[in-house]
Amino acid sequence: MMLAGVMVAGLALSACATTAGGRSAATAKPAEPAAPVSKGVPADTAFASTYRPFPGVPTVITNVTIYDGKGGRVDGGAIRFEAGKVAAVGKAVPTAGATVIDGAGKWVTPGIIDVHSHLGNYPSPAVQAHSDGNEVTGPVRSEVWALHGVWPQDPGFGRALAGGVTTLHVLPGSANLFGGRGVTLKNVPGTTALDMVMPGAPWSLKMACGENPKRVYGSRNQMPGSRMGNVALMRQTWANAEKYRADRAKPGPQFRRDLQMETLADVLEGRILVQNHCYRADEMAMVIAMTKEFGYRVSAFHHAVEAYKIAPLLAAEGICVALWADWWGFKMESYDGIRENLPFVHAAGGCAITHSDDPHGIQRLNQETAKALADGRRMGLAIRDEDAWTWIGINAAKALGVADRVGSLEPGKQADVVLWNGDPLSVYSRPEKVWVDGALLYDASNPRLRPVSDFELGQAGEGDVK
Amino acid sequence: MRRVLAAALALLLAGPAVAQERVAISGGRVVTNAGAPLDGGTVLLSGGRVEAVLPAGAAVPAGYRALDARGKWVTPGIIAGMSQLGAAEVHAVDETNETVARSAPASAALALEVGLDPDETAIAITRIEGVTAAITAPFPGRTIFAGQGAIISLGDGVRQPIRARAFQHVAYGEMGSRIAGGTRPAAWAEIVNALDEAQRLRNGLVSPMRDQHRDLRVTRDDAEALVPVLAGAQPLLVRVNKAADIRQVLRLRTLYPGIRLVLVEAAEGWMVADEIARARVPVITLGMDNLPGRFETVGATMSNVGRMVAAGVTVALGTPDLDVSFQPRLLPQYAGNMVAQARLPGGVGLSWDQAFAAISRAPAEIFGLVDMGRLAPGARADLVIWSGDPLELSSAPEAVFIGGISQPMESRQTKLARRYLPGQPETGLPKAWTR
Repeated sequence: MMLAGVMVAGLALSACATTAGGRSAATAKPAEPAAPVSKGVPADTAFASTYRPFPGVPTVITNVTIYDGKGGRVDGGAIRFEAGKVAAVGKAVPTAGATVIDGAGKWVTPGIIDVHSHLGNYPSPAVQAHSDGNEVTGPVRSEVWALHGVWPQDPGFGRALAGGVTTLHVLPGSANLFGGRGVTLKNVPGTTALDMVMPGAPWSLKMACGENPKRVYGSRNQMPGSRMGNVALMRQTWANAEKYRADRAKPGPQFRRDLQMETLADVLEGRILVQNHCYRADEMAMVIAMTKEFGYRVSAFHHAVEAYKIAPLLAAEGICVALWADWWGFKMESYDGIRENLPFVHAAGGCAITHSDDPHGIQRLNQETAKALADGRRMGLAIRDEDAWTWIGINAAKALGVADRVGSLEPGKQADVVLWNGDPLSVYSRPEKVWVDGALLYDASNPRLRPVSDFELGQAGEGDVK
Repeated sequence: MRRVLAAALALLLAGPAVAQERVAISGGRVVTNAGAPLDGGTVLLSGGRVEAVLPAGAAVPAGYRALDARGKWVTPGIIAGMSQLGAAEVHAVDETNETVARSAPASAALALEVGLDPDETAIAITRIEGVTAAITAPFPGRTIFAGQGAIISLGDGVRQPIRARAFQHVAYGEMGSRIAGGTRPAAWAEIVNALDEAQRLRNGLVSPMRDQHRDLRVTRDDAEALVPVLAGAQPLLVRVNKAADIRQVLRLRTLYPGIRLVLVEAAEGWMVADEIARARVPVITLGMDNLPGRFETVGATMSNVGRMVAAGVTVALGTPDLDVSFQPRLLPQYAGNMVAQARLPGGVGLSWDQAFAAISRAPAEIFGLVDMGRLAPGARADLVIWSGDPLELSSAPEAVFIGGISQPMESRQTKLARRYLPGQPETGLPKAWTR
């Protein structure tokens, strides 16, 4: 049904393309009964997720330390999951009918969520033919979708799974002020990218301020060539989107669908979440001011190397910040990085998130969290281990608008579960088993339970312990 | 902390003779890199050197400032196997970046120490994480020869490198191919052409500038700069990843018998580990790459270092890439991951001792820094007192000695953090008035 709709739409497009050039192929067709013109289906239906959870068995892990992802901890605890969902978490859980795993000396956490990834869009190998993460043809490119550039063979997905990542948000890059839509994926590498889309997760809009857009377009003698230009062009674009939104609400005969404006209007109506790349404190404040002018909100500032300077403001505005533990100094807007950014944001009552933006970093978000936690404690902040896990747990889920289904271990939530071979805040620990929606998809001791992408088949190191 | 800083400042003002005080560090777990760790041992520092390492219970002689290291770990300072420390204040600000000379006429002759800045903020930022020395390398620009790197001390106020012109750096593989004109044969021809020119100079043959019969792709200065490489006085660091490319590079040992090769990166080194070991060629690599980011790294795995070490290759961890997400101050974390890799079923990693050696003793050995990387009598007093296991994420240095001098535990980052620490009372003034 869906396929047919897409094909009809495709034919209609090619027909349009040929009319201008002369005789349309369609007119040469033998006469058929006039079929009703397909009205198609909404984009969200056409591009609907084809993700299906894989089968699992009722599973209980006992005698294990649990960080539940929302700030709770159970020592000597247990978890039961079945039918793809968490069934029970506590000191003891029913074991009837379940495969029981003794977790002595081990830890259980929810699957890690990375809110900032370019896996699939900038995959390995990083050859030019694979470079699909930035539509660098104009500073306003809200019409593009990261999903459409995701290469599901990227071996990085499998590596991230071995690092305990079960959900990731793939974003367009930061060359543009409006980079396009981001998509939330279940980290179960599929044959198509649609096989990975988390059903029901909201789209995001990637925005960027600062050095990148003004450098990319300024060097072409094009707007924006300065931070002034960045803000002016963003404001004008929002003003255009306001008009489009009003026209869409009451479409007249002149109304024409505009994919670029459609995404922005959906932001103004609160259906699409803004993920805003922004390093400097002063620039984040400008963006917040702009959100007041146009009545939208930022879900999370990403990279936000200077978030610690305005942590109370960010907390008051309810804006999450997605941060590296300790990257700094590679460009001017990252010059003021400190090791305590995450804990300072947390201590101010804010929503702190550890993110990767990196195919290697995504494999160690637990370690990045642990480093920042230790740095915060050395500055005298009392933050518990289980609090820090919210940075890659429930806080990340909130920023993506999926906190009702992932990010913590609570009955009814998706059974994305990691069993660690030791304290996951230690450098010596690694995931031992990873379940996604209750299906065991990674087992460190079973080479058959280790994803090997099509690309890796028949190549050096196929199926190796990576 | 403030007291430590004041003491350090006072010592600096008084001059090095006083600054290199006599110190006895007692009670900690002492990692010497020259035998098993000593629990509760004492390290005596004097005159900028390690004077003695005493077992637990030994009497501490009088006349030493006593430091209580009970519950702590005491180790040699970390040596960053490869870095750009001192060579770039802000990587993306070209005016501060000395690592790549993209349009310079010279290449092999370029000597990085001329551009090193001991006041670079990254020095203090890295020092307080326990890194006391670094191999710092230029990056290939116009030609595959990047020039000569240096070995630097991260000591506060240290102006001179430990060793200038310490090595030559050249790119082969995909990077070499791209710079040399598009193919590996082009990169190979450039290496051989340059080394042959150096050979002719070394043999007293006619200057390449006057030789009409040879197609010169290096300047006379560059060829001269390669003479110490041929003589083995300066190691040649070759950036190479693919197994087939590593085999090709190892042929240089036969073609130029005096040459001292060091492989850099070597992502597929595990596939030819026995050959690397037989050639007695050491490796400097990050150790963390496990993605086929390029076709030359298709076999990348975090078991690479463990497998090479098991085959008998000397491996130092470093941050040879310009990718700033990997930082020399994080080397203990990377070493810890090598230990974790050994605990994965089927994974090959390092023991704790091997992992720590890879960020201390191994780089010293590779560059012939005989008095570094160990705590033994006569060694440079580059030493760190850690709050716990130095490879563990929760640990941090509590004191750093470089050349016997107690270092300030401050950096631009610690000052920013103190200014913005949550929960401080309002001062009635803007932040710029707080420090």
